[in-house]
Amino acid sequence: MSTPLSAPLDLAFDYTRSLGPVLGRFAAGLRERRIEGVRGSDGRVHVPPVEYDPVDAAPLTEFVPVSDEGTVLSWSWIPEPLDGQPLTTPFAWALIRLDGADTAMLHAVHVPGPSAMSTGMRVRVRWADETAGHIRDIAYFLPVGAGDGPSPAPPPRSEKDGVMVTPIELHYQHSASPEESRYLRGLAEGKLIGQRCPACGKVYIPPRGSCPTDGVPTVDEVELPDTGIVTTFCIVNVPFLGQRIKPPYVAAYILLDGADIAFLHLVLGCEAAEVRMGMRVRAAWKPRDEWWTSLENISHFEPTGEPDAPYESFAHHL
Amino acid sequence: MRDVAVVGFAQAPNVRETPGTTNGVEMLVPIFAQVYQQTGLSKSDIGFWCSGSSDYLAGRAFSFISAVDAIGAFPPIHESHVEMDAAWALYEAWLKIRTGEVDTALVYGFGKSSAGHLRRVLALQLDPYTVAPLWPDSVSIAGLQARLGLDAGLWSEKDLAEVAARSRADATRNPLAQLSGTSEIADLLDAPYVADPLRAHDIAPVTDGAAVIILTAAERAGEFAERPAVITGIEHRVDTPVLGARDLTRSPSTEAAGRAVGTGDVEIAELHAPFTHQELILRTALGLGDDVRINPSGGVLTGNPMFAAGLARIGEAATRILTGQASKVLAHATSGPALQQNLVAVLEA
Repeated sequence: MSTPLSAPLDLAFDYTRSLGPVLGRFAAGLRERRIEGVRGSDGRVHVPPVEYDPVDAAPLTEFVPVSDEGTVLSWSWIPEPLDGQPLTTPFAWALIRLDGADTAMLHAVHVPGPSAMSTGMRVRVRWADETAGHIRDIAYFLPVGAGDGPSPAPPPRSEKDGVMVTPIELHYQHSASPEESRYLRGLAEGKLIGQRCPACGKVYIPPRGSCPTDGVPTVDEVELPDTGIVTTFCIVNVPFLGQRIKPPYVAAYILLDGADIAFLHLVLGCEAAEVRMGMRVRAAWKPRDEWWTSLENISHFEPTGEPDAPYESFAHHL
Repeated sequence: MRDVAVVGFAQAPNVRETPGTTNGVEMLVPIFAQVYQQTGLSKSDIGFWCSGSSDYLAGRAFSFISAVDAIGAFPPIHESHVEMDAAWALYEAWLKIRTGEVDTALVYGFGKSSAGHLRRVLALQLDPYTVAPLWPDSVSIAGLQARLGLDAGLWSEKDLAEVAARSRADATRNPLAQLSGTSEIADLLDAPYVADPLRAHDIAPVTDGAAVIILTAAERAGEFAERPAVITGIEHRVDTPVLGARDLTRSPSTEAAGRAVGTGDVEIAELHAPFTHQELILRTALGLGDDVRINPSGGVLTGNPMFAAGLARIGEAATRILTGQASKVLAHATSGPALQQNLVAVLEA
């Protein structure tokens, strides 16, 4: 079997989080370029603050301002920074205990090389030029005494306090299974390729890496016609983001002739109210020069005008 | 309550990259066949199914649902999933058998770490307010932990290299290992840092893989294995997620879990230590003396399939009993950054 199909899969979304009273106050403080910790039941000052005491789980409410200078407790060097990290040039990650705090925070230290780092060294915050009420308002740390240019003025109060938005970007190489790859390559040639389970004989389209009844991969290739029936359907009346067709329209489970599993597609070419269970349909393919390894090659299904399939013939596929 | 025993174990080859899907079906189908063959059990004999995997590793929501195809979920089955290493799925299955709800369980874990950028993906298991937005990578965080021990004189870079060299030498006898071979300590210490103070040999490789274990009630285990590995203790604990509030040179959760199960007299221990210094932390936390053989499989420094590696430690330890090489063994699994969550099991013939 040829190599499975594979393609980049890039995910990006913004995590938007409500912060609550403790982290909200911490974040609002960062926006104003100051750092507050919280005092625990045992008197220790936690920075970053924790909402509940790690020892006795009491809710913590006593805020304590701490310094923007501190001591490096440990560090590691990152010679090739990764996407999203605080610096794009090589830097040190460090556990930093700010003066006035009893716990350490994780952040980046901007120095030319690992020889400029040492446990116990003194560092201070380099604030971001624009702050937003986010941990990234601390751009990075610098050795105490290092110059970092003029310090911008503290910003005014913000209506965005209490909410934190963090963009997430992840990159994957997604691979289809060998069976899916056969199916997708078939679509690029205008073929509908299902595969048969060697144990129970059922024909799946798209084919499965493993038959859900028998737990063995489907292997025998079966080319299916582009005709079938509607087993069940719904009429979409609701507009939503990204919708490509004007409602009302029909999304239906189509059971191709000779297949044992239905797949989801569109039924167009008639009034939505005319679509019914058992209705005979045929694929409407896009122009051949638009075909690729996708079920999108079929624009939709439309009625053939043949008599409906009797309910008993598809009842066990519902 | 009745005891529970491991009667079958199999794992996929530990490899840098498979061409397969992130739902692991291609890796799982062959190893299910292996444990059925080992035990004489079939799909219809399994009372409960439980798995461990991660959507973030796969880059898709509910990725474990597709993996259920590999077990054959029709007619309907009794199934569960944990978004952790499958060692914790084994704990859930152990409870199901122990409480008498079922007699048999199949536990599996899988992960295709190569699909994404593992060091970055793992940042998303960190505190989402004050840590994850900085994208600290898993290797750098382990580096912070390693330096704390170096600075405190608890271990040296040479100690770490010795852990790596022993692991790779042991892996030469493990055909499923990803890395193996003999190495001179001096050569290892000459290698450049990947994340000062860590070198490549200190860091478990990025690995695709899967593992499966079959558990049964101990009173029936003799039907499926000549020498079942009875779980005589299993416990898991968690430390605070606040990295800067922990003493990272210790693992209090491992210490507590080890105390709860009792680690005396174990002959072999399979420890889930993705970084060399973490093996030293775990040995101390579990009070394992020099007479205890550590990671004869090579351990995860020679192959670390995320979400399956901890389950595989239990399987590797159990195999020493199933094959008659030992009569009391210890298995450890970890999850989360810098040994945050830890599970300890003791198995006996």
